[in-house]
Parts: sequence; C-alpha cells; structure tokens
Amino acid sequence: MKVLTLNFLTCAVKACKSSTSSFPLHPKECELVSDSIVPNPALLTNILPRVDWSALITISTELGFPTLPPTAPTIEELQSDEKMMAELHTLLLETQISEGSLVCGNCGHEYKIKEGIANFLLPNHLV
Amino acid sequence: MLPTPSTSHVSFDRVYEPAEDSYLLLDTLSSESEKAFLQKRFNEASEKSNASPSPLVVEVGSGSGVVLSFVDAHCEAIFGRADILTAGVDVNLHACKATVKTVDVTERDQREFGKSHGFYLGNVAADLLSAVKAGEVDVLIFNPPYVPTPDLPSTLPRENLSAFDLDSHLLSLSYAGGADGMEVTNRLLASIPEILHPTRGCAYVLLCAQNKPETVKDEIRKWGNGWAVEAVSSSGKKGGWEKLQIVRIWRASDASPID
Repeated sequence: MKVLTLNFLTCAVKACKSSTSSFPLHPKECELVSDSIVPNPALLTNILPRVDWSALITISTELGFPTLPPTAPTIEELQSDEKMMAELHTLLLETQISEGSLVCGNCGHEYKIKEGIANFLLPNHLV
Repeated sequence: MLPTPSTSHVSFDRVYEPAEDSYLLLDTLSSESEKAFLQKRFNEASEKSNASPSPLVVEVGSGSGVVLSFVDAHCEAIFGRADILTAGVDVNLHACKATVKTVDVTERDQREFGKSHGFYLGNVAADLLSAVKAGEVDVLIFNPPYVPTPDLPSTLPRENLSAFDLDSHLLSLSYAGGADGMEVTNRLLASIPEILHPTRGCAYVLLCAQNKPETVKDEIRKWGNGWAVEAVSSSGKKGGWEKLQIVRIWRASDASPID
C-alpha cells in the first residue's frame, strides 16, 4: 500500500472514531519498497489540497523521511520548489509499505501489514 | 466499449468470479449518462482558479478487482481526468491480493499502449468502511452480498476448517446477505452520510429484486439533508429471479433541484 493511503485510514475500533489521536495511524517497524514512477507534478498538485499536512509530518518522520516544513506549501510554492516536489513524489507516490504494522494512537491496537495489505479485521472482543 | 480487465490470474475457488452484476457495474460506470454526471461533478472546479483535488474512488468488496481496475484504467474516459485515486477494501485477504494483481496487470497494459490510468493506493482487508476516514470518499462502489440467506456468515477469522470449507466460507462472504439480502448493505448504507465527502460524495450500490429496492430507495430519501437516490441502470428484465439494478446515491446541492 502506498504511503498516501494513510491519509485516508483510521482505527477500525468504533470507540476510537471520536478521538483525534486515532488519526493518523502510526507506522511501526515498516519495510518499505519504492516503485519507480515518472514524475507527475499535475497529480501531486491535485493531491496536495486533500493531504492532512500535520498527519503527513508525523508519518514522514516516523518512516524516517526528511522532516517536512511545518505548513503545507501552496501549489505555487510546490511548483517552484523542485526539491520539495521530488521529496513529496518519493514519499506519497513511490513509497509502498510492504510489511509492518499501523498503530492507533488512542487504543494502541496494531494492524498488521503483510504483502502490502493492512488487515483491519478486528478480533471478536473489539467488534 | 471500454475493454474489460483480465482476471485470468485469479483463483475463483475463494474469490468471487466476475458475473452479470460485475459487468452491470462496468456498463453503468462507463455509460454516457454516468460519465456526464461524474465529469460535471468532479470537473466543475477546474474552470475556476482552484483546481479541484484528485477524487478518491473506493470500492468495497473489490473481489477479483475487475470493477476497480476498470475504473482505474479508464478514469480518463469516465471522469475526464487521469488524476483519480483508487483504493479497494475486501473482507477476504485473497480477494485483496487478487485486486492488487488485477490492477497491476491492467495498469501495465494501459502503459504499454501509451494510455493513462489512475493512481491506485492499494487494498486493505476490513469490514466495510470501518477503517476509512470520514468525509474523504468521493465515489463509493459496492456490489454487495445481496442474496437472501437464513444466516449471515461471520467475518471473524476462521480456524480449524478444512481448506475446502475455508474456501466455501470466503465465497459465502461475497454473496450471503442475510434477511432480504440486505443485512450487509444496510450497514454500508448507514455509514454513507458520514463516509462520503460532504458535497462531492456519491455512491453506486447494486441491488437485486429481492432486496426490495423501492423500499431501500424510500429509506434513503428519508435521510433528508439533500440526499438523493435514483436507479441508473438495470438488467435481467427477462424474468430471472435475480433482476439487478444499480442505484446512485448522492447529495444534490441544497439550493438547486436534483439534476
């Protein structure tokens, strides 16, 4: 699964939905693979407005990527900043999580990722 | 007609094989009327100074991946733009793997012929939309387990089953719908107002005649708040017991009439 997927996922436990700490899920001991994708500035600039930037800062740091600036670049800033464009391209579009887990910051539940597929099926006592 | 993705690599012993319902979804999503609806809904902002962000398409119960890979591969024809994000959910891990493979094969084909495709995020194993963040989904696609059955199979992990029984159990999750074949669909419908993007969101849900589609649509209309529903296609009119229809659920803007 692409790192960008984390922008759209939360803890599957119902009681966690109202807690702000259930998003983003925290990657733990993740193995990453990189797909080589032709740079696509148009795609990146259209994705950027829907990326939760503070969540991305957390995810990026936890995955060991370069520290992102505290606020999201505007589209104009991104278009004129080749280095930022390249970093976001690598992080959001090229990087896949193949193995590891995603941890909820509220309940601490760990969702395993195997062969690139995160498993959000809950055990009986959490349903 | 847009080409149907190949699923010849999928083991249909434990993953739902594309059938009439799957193909009805392909035909509906690529019909002239739905293309017009989706292009209007997701391109309006591009005429203004702000480009509209990339739409997120999520298929629940992606199975073999035939529908999701079709939308991903043909998003430029369907949405009029190639910057579409796609993601799949399935309760069956084998189906998740099948979808990943089918999208991969289909995207490779597109590139080989110099054609565009969307941006596939991946698949997650989950119960319906339980792991998806609220308010983010622009287009939701659901071909439910819609067959009326006395019981609903459990989505909890199965243990101590023979390989054959395990495969049968996984397949049953793709079709067994409990009372009126609506038990799973009703849970999904209940989550729609929260899960869909508050203004752009829309959903395509397949129903069969035994699901009592008129009742289902009446219930959705009671949501108020601008929510609208309409049958946008149907099949099986010759009188088979499994007459199918696809309903589109969307929020019409408060000010303008439903279009």
